[in-house]
Amino acid sequence: MNDEILRAESVTMEFGGLKALDAFNLALKPGELVGLIGPNGAGKTTAFNALSGVYAPTSGRVLLGAELVNGLKPHQVCRKGLARTFQNIRLFKALTVLDNVRVACHAHGHGPLWQSLALTAGHAGREQAMEERALELLEFMGLESRGDELAKNLPYGLQRRLEIARALATGPKVLCLDEPAAGMNATETTKLMTLIHDIRDKFKVAVLLIEHDMKLVMGISERLIVLDHGVTIASGPPEKVRRDPKVIEAYLGVQEAA
Amino acid sequence: MRAWKSLLPFVLGLPVLWLIQLWAPPQIAIILVNIGVNVILAVSLNMVNGFTGQFSLGHAGFMAVGAYTAAKITLAFGESASVSPLVWNNGVFFIALLAGMGMAAFMGLLVGIPSLRLRGDYLAIVTLGFNEIIRVLIENMSWLGGATGISGVPPYTSLIWVGLGVLAAIVTARRLLLSTHGRALLAIREDEVAAEAMGVDTTGYKVRAFVLSAAFAGLGGGLLGHYILLVTPKSFTYVKSIEVVVMVVLGGMGSISGAVFAAVLLTSSLELLRGVDQYRMVIYSLLLVVLMLSRPTGLFGHREVWDFAKSWRRKRAEALS
Repeated sequence: MNDEILRAESVTMEFGGLKALDAFNLALKPGELVGLIGPNGAGKTTAFNALSGVYAPTSGRVLLGAELVNGLKPHQVCRKGLARTFQNIRLFKALTVLDNVRVACHAHGHGPLWQSLALTAGHAGREQAMEERALELLEFMGLESRGDELAKNLPYGLQRRLEIARALATGPKVLCLDEPAAGMNATETTKLMTLIHDIRDKFKVAVLLIEHDMKLVMGISERLIVLDHGVTIASGPPEKVRRDPKVIEAYLGVQEAA
Repeated sequence: MRAWKSLLPFVLGLPVLWLIQLWAPPQIAIILVNIGVNVILAVSLNMVNGFTGQFSLGHAGFMAVGAYTAAKITLAFGESASVSPLVWNNGVFFIALLAGMGMAAFMGLLVGIPSLRLRGDYLAIVTLGFNEIIRVLIENMSWLGGATGISGVPPYTSLIWVGLGVLAAIVTARRLLLSTHGRALLAIREDEVAAEAMGVDTTGYKVRAFVLSAAFAGLGGGLLGHYILLVTPKSFTYVKSIEVVVMVVLGGMGSISGAVFAAVLLTSSLELLRGVDQYRMVIYSLLLVVLMLSRPTGLFGHREVWDFAKSWRRKRAEALS
C-alpha cells in the first residue's frame, strides 16, 4: 500500500449535473507504465485535470506518495512530483526551445528574487545548473540542435517531444502524458512509444499515458484502465482488457441480435 | 565581475549627464528629465504589461503615491544648518525616493494580491479604478494639499539623479528578464495554464512583477515631483497611465530597448510638436495609428536592439560564405 506513488480514491468530478468522472480509482507503483484509454469524451482528460490540480475533485482523494494533494494548485502538485503534458500542445511559443525547458527547471532550482537582481554567486550557480539540466534533457529527447529555435517554429512531432522534455524538467515522480501521439503517423507513433518506454527506465518515473487509440498502448503498457462516460469499465493487463466485452462494446457499440 | 560589467555604460554616461547639467539651457534639461522619467515609467510598466502579459492601467496611481510620499518627506526634513547642503539634500532625497518606492510597492501589493488572481482584462479595470481612487482620495485630503497639491517642493532632482533612476530601472528589468524569475514571467505571458502546470506559482509571480513595477513608478513620480517642484493630483490622471501604456505597446511588449526607444521618441516628439500645439494630439494619435497598422507587435516586438544586430551579422556572414 505504501509503495504506491500515486493513488486516487473514488475521485468524482461533477460539472453541474454532468458526472464527467465517477468514482475513479487508481494506484500507480513507482516505475509503472499504465495506459488510460477510452473513447472520445470518456473522461480521460478530466481524470488528468483532477489529478494534476487543474480541477478540485467534487469528492474523493488524490494522494501523491503519502501526501494528500487534492485542493492544491497545479504548481504545488507539480512541485510535489506530478508533471503532465497537454492534449493540445501548450508550449511557450515565443520562447526558445531551451527556455521552454528552463522554465520547467524553475520549480526546483530558483533562489530568492533579490539574488537574481544582484547577480550573486548563488544565482549564477543555479542558472548554470538549470542550463546544464535543460541541455541534458534536450539531448535525451533528440532536440539538442534546436535549442535556440523558437518553440513555435518546431515541426509538430518535435513540439510533442519538447512538451515531454519540459515535463521531465520539473523532476517528476509521476509523468502524465495526454495523447502524446495525437496527430502522428504510424512510424512516428512507434518511435514515440519506444521513447516513452526509455524515459520510464532512465528517469525511474511512473508513467500514466492517455491514449485514444487502444492498439498503441497495448504494446508498452503493463496495465490498462478503460473509461467510458466517466465510469471505469475495465482494468487489468492489456490482453485481458482487450477481450473484455464491455470494452468492445464501448468502442464498437452493441451488437444487435440479427 | 559580471555584475559590474552591465553597469559600465552608465558609469561612463553619468559624467556626460553632469556636463550637460552644467552647460545645457533649462529648456533642454527639462526635456531630458521628462525623457528620463518616462523611460523609467515605460521600462517598469513593461515588467507587467510586456514580460508578464498582464494589462495594468494604473501606473500613474503608483507614481502619485511615490511623488507624494517623497515630497512629504523632503519637506518634513527641510534644511539643515550644520551639515553641508550637498550631502544633506541628496541624502534626504535618497531616503525620500526609497520611501516613495517602498510606499508605491506596498500599494502595488495591496492592489495586486486580490486582482492578480483573476485572468484577462480584470486587472486593467481594477488598476484603472485604483488610479482614479488614488487621485480622488488625494483631492479630498487637506493634509496632502487637496486639489491644488503640494507646492514648494525642494528642487532636488538633477540630471544625475534621473540618470541613476534610469540606470536602476533598466538594470533591474534586464537582470530580471535574463534570470529564471524573468523566464517564469514570460511563461505566464505565453501560456498561463502551462506555466502553472510546470510549477510556476503564477499568482505569486504576477504579484512580484506588479510590486517591482509599482516601486519604479513611485521612483518616477518622486523624481518628477522634485523637478517641477509641484505635486498635484492632476499630474497623475489615467491619461498619464495610458501615455505610459502607449510607450510600452509602441516599443514592443517585452522589449526593454523598445520601451526605452518609444519613451524617448514619444516624449521628444511631444516637445517638438509644442509649436503646433493645437494639432499636437492629432499628430501624436496619427503616428500611433500608422505604427499600429504597419507594426502591430510594436517597433521591436519581443526582441531587443542587440538581437537585431545579431541576426543582421548572421545574415551577412551567410551572404559572404
